[in-house]
Amino acid sequence: MNALWRLLLLAGAALAFSANAAPGDPDRGKLVYERCQACHALAYDRTGPRHCGLFGRRAGSVPGFAYSEAMRRSKLVWNAQTLDRFLSNPLKAVPGTSMGYAGIADRGERADLIAYLRQANGSAACGRQ
Amino acid sequence: MFAFSQDPRARNSEAAVDASRRSFFNHSGLLLSGAAIALLAGREALAKGNASSAADVSILNTALGAEHEAVAAYQVGAESGLLQKPALDLALTFQGHHKAHVELLAKTIITLGGKPAEARKQYTFPTDTLKSQADVLRFAATLEKGAVSAYLGAVPVFGNRDLAKAAASILGDEAMHWAVLRNVLGETPVPAAFVS
Ligand code: HEC
Repeated sequence: MNALWRLLLLAGAALAFSANAAPGDPDRGKLVYERCQACHALAYDRTGPRHCGLFGRRAGSVPGFAYSEAMRRSKLVWNAQTLDRFLSNPLKAVPGTSMGYAGIADRGERADLIAYLRQANGSAACGRQ
Repeated sequence: MFAFSQDPRARNSEAAVDASRRSFFNHSGLLLSGAAIALLAGREALAKGNASSAADVSILNTALGAEHEAVAAYQVGAESGLLQKPALDLALTFQGHHKAHVELLAKTIITLGGKPAEARKQYTFPTDTLKSQADVLRFAATLEKGAVSAYLGAVPVFGNRDLAKAAASILGDEAMHWAVLRNVLGETPVPAAFVS
C-alpha cells in the first residue's frame, strides 16, 4: 500500500470516528433539555417552536410560528450536525436569530442533548411509539 | 432597522413608538426596582438605531415572551383551585414579580426604539398533568428553573452591559422563586453550587 492510500484511509477512519465520536446519552440529555424548557416544549409552540418533528425539518418551518427572518432564510435542515453547530452558539450560527441564548459550550452536553431530542422525537411524547 | 431617517415610513414608526411609550407610561403604576432605575438612568447609553441595539431588542423581546407566559402560567395555577394558602399567596407574589419583569423589559425595548412583544391570547400548558397543589408547584418550579437558564444564556450575549446586569438581576429573582418552590415541595432547596 502506498503512502497516499494509507493517508486517505487514515483520514477516512478519522472522519468516521469524529462522526460517531460522541454517541450521546439521552438520559443525561434530558437533564440538559431542562435548560431549553424556559422557551420550548416538545409537542407545542411556546416562546420557541415545538421540537417534535425536528429531525429532517427545514429551519424556520413550523406553520404559524413567528420565526425571525434570519431563521427562515437560513436554509438549514436540522440533523445532528446542524443542531450541534447551532446549539454551540446560536447567534453565531444564525446571526439575527431571535433565540437570544449563548448556547451549550460543552460538546459532550450537546451530544447528550441531541441524543435526547432524537429519542424524544421517536417517542409517545411526539405522538410515536 | 431602527435608524433615524427621512423616510416617512420610518418617521411613522417612530411616532408609533412614541405613542406606545406615552400609553405605556400612562398605564404603568410600576414601582421601579433598583435594576429599573439603573437602566433608566443609563438611558443615554442605550443608543437607538445601531445593529447591536437591534440584536439586544430581539433578545429582550424573547425574554419578554417567556415572562408573559410565566404571568399566564401563575394565573392558571391561581385559578386552578388546587393551591391553598400560603402556597397561593406565594404564587401570586411570584406572579407579581413576573409582571414587574414584563414592565421593565417592555419599557427597555421601547427605550431602545423597539416594539415590545405582546402577551398571546392563548397559552398551552400541560394542565391535564396538574391534579394537586404539588403538581402545580412542581410545574412552576420547572418554569422558574428554565427561566434561570434562559437568563443565564442571555447575560453573555447582550451588547450592552447594563442590559446584561438587568438580566442578571431578574435571574437572581427567578432563582429565588425556584429555590422557595423546591423548599415548599420538600426538595433540597438549593441543589447545587452553580446553575446551568
Ligand atoms: C430564551 C428562549 C429560548 C431558549 C432558552 C432556547 N430557545 Fe431555542 N428557540 C427560541 C426561539 C425564539 C426560536 C426561534 C428562533 C428564530 O426564529 O430565529 C428558537 C429556535 C430553536 C430551534 C430551531 C427550530 C426550528 O423550528 O427551526 C432549535 C433547534 C432550538 N431552538 C433548540 C433549542 C434548544 C435545544 C435549547 C436548549 C439548549 C433552546 N433552543 C433554548 C427560544 C429559545
